[in-house]
Amino acid sequence: MIVFKNVSKRYPDGYVALNNIDLTVEPGEMVFLTGHSGAGKSTLLKLISAIERPTSGTIAISGQNIARLKLGAIPYLRRKIGFIFQDHKLLFDRNVFNNVLLPLQISSFDSKTAASRVRAALDKVGLLKKEKSMPITLSGGERQRLCIARAIVHRPNILIADEPTGNLDVEYARDIMALFTSFNQVGVTVMIATHDASLLEDTQHRIILLKQGKLAV
Amino acid sequence: MIRAWLTQHGFVLILTLKRLISTPITTFLSIIVMGIALSMPTGIYVFMKNLQSVTGQAANSPQMSLFLRKEVNKEDIAKIKRNLEHNANIVSIQFVSKDAALQRLQQSNGLADITISLQHNPLPDAFVIHTAQNTSDMLEQLRAEMQSWPEVEHVQFDSAWLERLHALLKLGRFVVLMLATLLSVAIIAIMFNTIRLQILTKHDEIEISKLIGATDSFIRRPFLYFGTLQGLASGASAWLIVTFSIALINEEAYAFIHQSGIDFYLQPLSPHDSISLIVFSALLGWLGARLSVASHLWQIEPR
Repeated sequence: MIVFKNVSKRYPDGYVALNNIDLTVEPGEMVFLTGHSGAGKSTLLKLISAIERPTSGTIAISGQNIARLKLGAIPYLRRKIGFIFQDHKLLFDRNVFNNVLLPLQISSFDSKTAASRVRAALDKVGLLKKEKSMPITLSGGERQRLCIARAIVHRPNILIADEPTGNLDVEYARDIMALFTSFNQVGVTVMIATHDASLLEDTQHRIILLKQGKLAV
Repeated sequence: MIRAWLTQHGFVLILTLKRLISTPITTFLSIIVMGIALSMPTGIYVFMKNLQSVTGQAANSPQMSLFLRKEVNKEDIAKIKRNLEHNANIVSIQFVSKDAALQRLQQSNGLADITISLQHNPLPDAFVIHTAQNTSDMLEQLRAEMQSWPEVEHVQFDSAWLERLHALLKLGRFVVLMLATLLSVAIIAIMFNTIRLQILTKHDEIEISKLIGATDSFIRRPFLYFGTLQGLASGASAWLIVTFSIALINEEAYAFIHQSGIDFYLQPLSPHDSISLIVFSALLGWLGARLSVASHLWQIEPR
């Protein structure tokens, strides 16, 4: 499903974020990406949704090479992926419902279908009662769940989360992880970048370790 | 598919209208500024078009001058006058005696000195006539006939003033075009800046939308709607300004016109011109928004 071949990413200032990465994530797999900050976790995730482009190598998603994807095709790639951003990227000028609605508006859903899908997503993350709240009034854990609702509302095959438990206490982090596991159980490919060792302690899922832009086996 | 497309456009249209209404003063001021800018060339255009229709009427009754030989006497003049009056092609006759002509010449600026130095009056007696029709065959025939009269020295078409007026109208059209071009650029610039400010305030929304799969046309759409709608409203306000001004001028001019016996009213914009004005204005709004979006959106590429 996701195949990296000889992928390197060098920034214009000469900094090498990723160095010759070979990596395969099977359809329906759930993997953790870990390593120190600056090891290249975020860069690797951003390459998958073409937020960053690789300097060399190929990245195939469902057989499509996205390393050389035309600019006009990028939006359609991103619609297949649910991305949970490290800095949340919520819109504070609109309520919870409308934040989750945005991906559906982008994909031209009619408003009836969209509304029921938004409520289903909010229900899934336990925010249904807060649909009229503004994001500013939500707690850290609630905001994270809002991000997840927005990432899954258009039912993507791939879910990518960049430090989803970043500033959460253990209780909240466990809830969030349970959510990801439940998505994975219905067939969604899940990739989670984290430097939180406690998340990885009792997991049966594959752990990919990055060290200074290289895969450490 | 088409329904989804319509839903989306309808949604953006309503969203844009709400956005315009949510800042009523800003919206009103922008529309007024753009409306006034558009009303200037439009107003001059209307005035010119009215002038053109008046001169069009004048051109339908061409004028000719008959210059008589110096040696003609009063009987000859009376005979010619009778001849002219009997001609069905001639609608009006005006006799200008050589003394009257000299007097007129003395009154005109700069020529008084010359006329004083003259020993005797060099000017001939003349008739100024207006003909009914203006087919060139008839005019030429009439000219030849009158030229054949022994008392007539020379017959001349007096179209010079008309040519001058047409030259003036041509100049006027040029001024309208120039003004329209300049003010169109101004309107595009106003719209460009308005959209630029909107894009800046919507920076987050644009970036996030792009990150979760919005196409460029999806991002552009609300701004293009905004520009087009505001252009449309500005065109309508220009139309109102011009129409109202014409009504006001006609009312003010009524007393004067009534006294002078001239039947002249400013005609308002024709339906065709009105629609052209509003569509053109909407196009300007769209163009300003399009240029602004094109030059600012790439700056909000997600990184």
